[in-house]
Amino acid sequence: MNRNDFLMLNQDIIFFDNAATTFKPVSVVNAITDYYNKYCCNAFRGDYKIGLIVDDNINNTRNLVKDYINANSTKEIIFTSGTTEGINIVAAGYFRKILKEHDEIILSKGDHASNIMPWQRLASELNLVIKYVDLDDSNYVTLDNIKRVVTPNTKVISLAYISNVIGDLRPIKEITNFAHQNGIYVVCDASQSVGHRKTDVQDLDVDFLVFSGHKMYGPTGIGVLYGKKDLLELTDPINLGGGMNETFTDFDYQLKELPTRFEAGTLNIAGIIGLGEAIKYINSIGIDKISEYEYKLREYLVNKLIKLDYIDIINLESDSGIVTFNVDGIFAQDVAIYLDKYNICVRAGNHCTKLLKDVINVRNTIRISLAFYNTTEEIDTLVDLLSDKDKIIREML
Amino acid sequence: MDDELKRSIILDNFSNPKNKRVVDDPSYLTSNTNNESCIDNIDLFVKVEDGKIVDICFNGEACAISTSSTSIMIKNLIGKTIKEAKAYVNNFEAMVNEEAYDEELLNDAIVYEDIYKQKNRVKCATLPYTGIKKIINNLED
Repeated sequence: MNRNDFLMLNQDIIFFDNAATTFKPVSVVNAITDYYNKYCCNAFRGDYKIGLIVDDNINNTRNLVKDYINANSTKEIIFTSGTTEGINIVAAGYFRKILKEHDEIILSKGDHASNIMPWQRLASELNLVIKYVDLDDSNYVTLDNIKRVVTPNTKVISLAYISNVIGDLRPIKEITNFAHQNGIYVVCDASQSVGHRKTDVQDLDVDFLVFSGHKMYGPTGIGVLYGKKDLLELTDPINLGGGMNETFTDFDYQLKELPTRFEAGTLNIAGIIGLGEAIKYINSIGIDKISEYEYKLREYLVNKLIKLDYIDIINLESDSGIVTFNVDGIFAQDVAIYLDKYNICVRAGNHCTKLLKDVINVRNTIRISLAFYNTTEEIDTLVDLLSDKDKIIREML
Repeated sequence: MDDELKRSIILDNFSNPKNKRVVDDPSYLTSNTNNESCIDNIDLFVKVEDGKIVDICFNGEACAISTSSTSIMIKNLIGKTIKEAKAYVNNFEAMVNEEAYDEELLNDAIVYEDIYKQKNRVKCATLPYTGIKKIINNLED
């Protein structure tokens, strides 16, 4: 649906790598070029009319984000460069201050490098313990398995809301409820869910939540860190510099209030404006409508793929538009290159989830990740091309 | 060489790669190579005696081009002196980089002479060469 909103779709291309990044609607691209062409200047500095337009747009985006994820206040919305920076700020800015030796952090082997490595560094610096929750038979994270790995030393659970290879929707609300009863913080990586699934930080009750704009039809290089206000008040910014200091003297400084204290230096103004436009765009369609449509597409794809006996689907049951599989006897990358010859973009590899191979016993996979602009006709074309294994072998070189 | 023959040599070396085995022998020099897409992963094991490569084997998981290229490279390098091996590697890299090269030196590795036309395959074909260079470039001719 809404295919006319995306100029990328005017060319002969089928894009099934939406978990890596999504296409951008014309309204987002226009908003960015309008900023550069019509009112290009820095933010919160200029006593001139175009400066005020920039300031208004940044404030508007912060409000749009607040409403989109149902935060309490715009003070809880920090602009970052993306999910990765968000998790790094949380780990290094908050948890480095409060965690003590032997404290435990629970992670999942189904998660992306960006939700593993910042914790590994912190663990090594503070002598913390990282534990991985067991995945169930479908490679899902369950509350029961979380309970099994929690000990009195557990202080943090950090999980993706939807994982980027298995595509399972984690029971974050239930996990948070249990975690908070036991004095455990919950950090949520919403990068794979935020453009596809409703995000309500108050309902989930997570302590921190991070996401990227470019996976939700917005530009690259912009993301959001949400944190509960009382926790952000105690979090140290990683970057210090212009715009975020209240005052500084020869040997001392004072920081501004939330959220400004986390946004040192010139903001990614075009990115923020583009993100605001992306949220308006999603709202104009309706996030629930997007979820519903993408899930139907997924079922359509899986029901067709399952009929090909040489295709091994890793995540037969999953709650998102992510379908991960292998073609028996053919290396994932060879399948991706074969499909590319027909202008079909899929992802092959380990998808930055290098620990998952320990669980699924497969190092590399092909991943289809759907967006609402994909169609059943595109899926038919894909499945037709996969329906002749000899043709794949013949044409993959 | 016609395209059909090239294809069958590549597929044969992919389906039945030569010298694909692991050795647990400290006299072998080893290297591991991931390409930039971090998907292909090949371990090389090389035994050098008196300045000559007497054995190479490999293990790992890689695409058809990487696997076949490894198999063909190994066949061509066994028996060569370090100096000859370096010349062979340079020659192969010249070919895939569209530079002047000596076809005679390459044997069946000539099947990759057109690989430069597929940008996403160049790294695959050169992956084992990146690996072997880590070993032989540290050895005297």
